[in-house]
Amino acid sequence: MSLHGPDYERRLVWRHFLGLMFEWACRLTTFLSLGILAVLLFSIGRQAIGWLDWGFLVRSNSYEPREAGIMAGLMGSLWLILLTAIMSVPLGVGAAVYLEEYAKPTRMTKFIQLNISNLAGVPSIVYGILGFTVFVRMFGLRDRPEEFILDLWFTEIRFFLPLGRIVLSGACTLTLLSLPVVIISAQEALRSVPASLRHASLALGATKWQTVRHQVLPAALPGILTGVILSLSRAIGETAPLAVLGAAAQLSFAPGRIESVGDAIQNPSKMLQAPFDQFTAIPLQIYGWINDPKPVFEHVAAAGIVVLLVVLMLLNGAAIFIRQRFQKKIRW
Amino acid sequence: MALVKAFTQFVDPPTGTTTDVAGGGASVRSPKIETSQMGFFYGTHQALRDISLKINECAVTALIGPSGCGKSTYLRSLNRMNDIIEGTRVTGSVKVDGEDIYAKDVDVVSLRKRVGMVFQKSTPFPKSIFDNVSFGPRIAGLTNRAQLTEIVEKSLQQAALWNEVKDRMRESAMALSGGQQQRLCIARALATSPEILLMDEPASALDPASTARIEDLIFELKQNYTIVIVTHNMQQAARISEITAFFCQGRLVEVGQTKQLFTNPTQKETEDYITGRFG
Repeated sequence: MSLHGPDYERRLVWRHFLGLMFEWACRLTTFLSLGILAVLLFSIGRQAIGWLDWGFLVRSNSYEPREAGIMAGLMGSLWLILLTAIMSVPLGVGAAVYLEEYAKPTRMTKFIQLNISNLAGVPSIVYGILGFTVFVRMFGLRDRPEEFILDLWFTEIRFFLPLGRIVLSGACTLTLLSLPVVIISAQEALRSVPASLRHASLALGATKWQTVRHQVLPAALPGILTGVILSLSRAIGETAPLAVLGAAAQLSFAPGRIESVGDAIQNPSKMLQAPFDQFTAIPLQIYGWINDPKPVFEHVAAAGIVVLLVVLMLLNGAAIFIRQRFQKKIRW
Repeated sequence: MALVKAFTQFVDPPTGTTTDVAGGGASVRSPKIETSQMGFFYGTHQALRDISLKINECAVTALIGPSGCGKSTYLRSLNRMNDIIEGTRVTGSVKVDGEDIYAKDVDVVSLRKRVGMVFQKSTPFPKSIFDNVSFGPRIAGLTNRAQLTEIVEKSLQQAALWNEVKDRMRESAMALSGGQQQRLCIARALATSPEILLMDEPASALDPASTARIEDLIFELKQNYTIVIVTHNMQQAARISEITAFFCQGRLVEVGQTKQLFTNPTQKETEDYITGRFG
């Protein structure tokens, strides 16, 4: 062994070879996953051709494959994701800010931290059972649902307690499901903000809240949004917890008893009732179609999958767009 | 104890003789900052012992000493930035304008507005130059745009940065050079109109030209501000300060007029340090 001469030269060739091998191995794994995705998209796309059209999007479901549509599930999923986002973002970011910026590292906060990490790994069907007990049945405290009417001056909103199998129950369940991931990724993002930024702000006479509000949160926002995107994407594709909640597999109306696009335009106030109405979601409908004895429903299911993927991509695209705008605003 | 006594005699000369310590001519002024028998603890580790030091108004006081001697800790205790670190504790008293800043009723936020700080590593916010400088006044509740613009311009002029950035106020502060960033941080600190400016090795990461600019700037600023500066560079201390305090192993070894301390130190440790035999 020496650091000069032919011995060294030979080893040098070997070292370069190893490096090249590793690079190609990494390249292969990347293209492999990409290839699998391409095959999946291609096969589903081929099955969906001829079945996916505007009518499919605006029709409610039918037993006749050619008449089947995804309107109810599409609207249901959009409502779910909207309400889930509204609930999980403030709750998750708030918890993360508390844990990172305010809480002292006591045994209690460590215990909370550990449990959040554990919750992130709990199977989604468990959340379904939790949601069913807490939101749908409210621990069975009442034998039969009691109706409440919220009187707004132009319309009224009816809801029951216990909530029952409604959009809000589903959204609350999905919120619980996505919260741990939102909290953990938001914590991660807050932690990556350099301490010097906080110190500089505090040294200028900023209060803790002003420091968090004007320096730390804006700097952490892109990272927080990434976590939100990831967990909401997961939530929108969830089937199991919604099935456990007892959401319908097929419905003939969108939440709010909206039966068609025209109906929604003529009675916009029905929208307010939507969070308190029965619902179905895209993955539930897909599941229903796949299980249908008529084999031709495979094509309907494929069309449904394409719709789900497109919705997912549109939501992700919107979130990435927002993230980019914020990133431009904080000018590193 | 003898040291402290010697120092006390130095700063508080016996009545009848007047030693012009501040170099400004007004020896009757009471000190702007006064710490007496101050100690500082990180948990159980004592980082500062028995520091009694008076710092005069509108003068530059340099804190020198080997790494880990406690000079930065001392500096940060003057605007209570050490409060941020869990488990720290201060004993003795630290007074600004005769008021104990560690008293219960002291609002840390308003203390830090009065006692500004510039850090070793320049820390511009990832915002525009304007937003950086206006941050202090804005969080203090100032919303008037014209007033903010005026403060920003004045602070940048004071920090000798205005001419370089006046046409790019909307640009990110991150695009400035290292020296410019540090002057921006000084401007940002000045914008809250502090009385005291604490500087923790403000030029240690800069090239000689930028360092010279910062030193010129400090020379200008001392007319209106009380400046306390931590530096590793003894030439720098000699160039810019009136008073120099030498810290070693958590103690204040010696303090005196800069010229005297560098040419004729009374303590062996000081002499060893400034002649480069140790530290």
